[in-house]
Amino acid sequence: MALAVFGVLATLLLVGALTVVLHPDSVYSALALIGVMALLAVVFVTLEAHLIAALQIIVYAGAIMVLFLFVIMLIGRPGSGGPFASSRILWAASGLGAGGLAIGVGTMVAKSALAPPEAGRPEFGTTTAVARELFTTYLLPFELTSVLLLIAVVGAVVLAKGRPRA
Amino acid sequence: MVPTGYYVILAAALFAVGALGVLIRRNLIVIFMAIELMLNAVNLAFVAFARQLGSSDGHVFVLFVMTVAAAEAAVGLAIIIAVVRNRESIFADQNALLRW
Amino acid sequence: MGLEFAITAAKAVVVVLMVLSLAGLLGWVERKGSALIQDRIGANRASVFGFAGLGLVNTMVADPIKFLTKEDVVPASVDRRLHLLAPCINLFPALITFAVIPFGDMLRIGGREIPLQVAQLDIGVLYVLVMASVGVYGVVLGGWASNNPWSLLGGLRGSAQMISYEIAMGLALISAILFYGTVDLQAMVRAQAGGPLAWGFVYQPVSLLLLLTAGIAESKRVPFDLPESESELVSGYFTEYSGVKHLMFFMTDFVEVIIVSGLIATIFLGGWQVPYLEAQGFARPGGGIVPLPHLVVSLLQVAAFTVKVVILCWLQIVIRWTLPRFRYDQLMRLGWKGLVPLGLANVMVTALAVVGIE
Repeated sequence: MALAVFGVLATLLLVGALTVVLHPDSVYSALALIGVMALLAVVFVTLEAHLIAALQIIVYAGAIMVLFLFVIMLIGRPGSGGPFASSRILWAASGLGAGGLAIGVGTMVAKSALAPPEAGRPEFGTTTAVARELFTTYLLPFELTSVLLLIAVVGAVVLAKGRPRA
Repeated sequence: MVPTGYYVILAAALFAVGALGVLIRRNLIVIFMAIELMLNAVNLAFVAFARQLGSSDGHVFVLFVMTVAAAEAAVGLAIIIAVVRNRESIFADQNALLRW
Repeated sequence: MGLEFAITAAKAVVVVLMVLSLAGLLGWVERKGSALIQDRIGANRASVFGFAGLGLVNTMVADPIKFLTKEDVVPASVDRRLHLLAPCINLFPALITFAVIPFGDMLRIGGREIPLQVAQLDIGVLYVLVMASVGVYGVVLGGWASNNPWSLLGGLRGSAQMISYEIAMGLALISAILFYGTVDLQAMVRAQAGGPLAWGFVYQPVSLLLLLTAGIAESKRVPFDLPESESELVSGYFTEYSGVKHLMFFMTDFVEVIIVSGLIATIFLGGWQVPYLEAQGFARPGGGIVPLPHLVVSLLQVAAFTVKVVILCWLQIVIRWTLPRFRYDQLMRLGWKGLVPLGLANVMVTALAVVGIE
């Protein structure tokens, strides 16, 4: 039963990812990526990572992708030439590279036998568990990411504002 | 229970599709979206291993990846807006002045 | 396993039906209430098969029928799939937000204990933020799919406003989570037992105001309704929608009013708690309990929750018809420079108080 659900989710995820990469209209690519992120949130719930699933939708699907859609709607006008790179060699090389990567990881995983998952504490995946780790063991990276976000905000505002018209 | 290996293979497949997107698309914004797809694939791998080991360290790392991805998306899209405003072209191969 | 699923499905159906009925009722209350506030008669011309006697109820029945039977006009140059998708993405998250709002305590029927909350999630209140985030797409896509510069402008403004006020809403919810020490809404309601002085608003008044303001701004109602302003942008991002699609956008407005009311009632006004009503019956002030059957107690609690939600909906309607509209830059300034610092200060004060009391 869980395997069937995983199969369905995996198929939908791959279809969505291929739509992101192969659809000529960038608005549909963005919508497909939103779909992929929502499906990933569902996968996270099956992996008992409830807080991360909620944050995936709040942060990724609900804020970052809205930003993408804004930029696409404001300036994403199609220009000359098609949506894809024209060099055949590039297509072949990237196809081989990507395929090779996937197959390589697949064989590595198939060869290594992982033990069945350990059962974590009963509160695994809830807000409490993540918060406990975040604010004790990982406090310094947490503070550094807040500084990083501040830098990103300042940078984005400066870059997007452009030069004031004299 | 679905073995962790299946999730890792799915993550690798998504990562490969994202890498493909970065290489063959011309639209800067779609390239950026393919990068986000790769970051999501990595998040999936982290969460799968967090369940495998029963520890929340994987979740914390996913949180950091999301935060960094948000910061990167904001600054990257601002750069794209600035580039398009100045060069009038949203395609990667037409913005290649710095190449040889 | 099958029975659990059936019970949850039944609860979900009941909740959705109640919400949709209340939303329809609110449409009529809005028209008649606005007429009362503006000292005019309001809509009284509808008649069912020539029988005009019931007046207002005729309007309440005629309005949905009008929406459902109107022709669905789709402009020729729009993207049809996005045009169809936008109202659905707008309405669906609004409706399923009610999965976490508890409308009563446990119901004991035939040996089973049924919690009167559709889904008991680990993430509790964060689910509301999730659905608020997803609701932004309906506005963005509605504006984009209309192929109309004014709709696009309304859509972009509306979504920018929504994501700005999500932050204020999140900060208000964080203070509430800090105070109650849990994200579970049912636990929050249970912690407010013991009369109106134990309810949330006594300890978290600033959060209440913050959540009310941010909630009204999230649902883009007046005074924050510039994205869909009727006198300026025609209908803003849903100009090009008619018939059922317009009904879905319109309904989302009222469903979000009910969401905000439900959330405030749950977190700050005691949810389903009735003053002096405990699980066995009414507690007499001098001690002792007047016993009541369990079903009556449950019914009273659900009724109390409904009354609180209806009062808050009425409050939002009164606010709508009393205040003038904010200009867009005033709106954004209030959100970012007013509510967010206030929310942050509130979180700090709450955190200090919680740590200080322990």
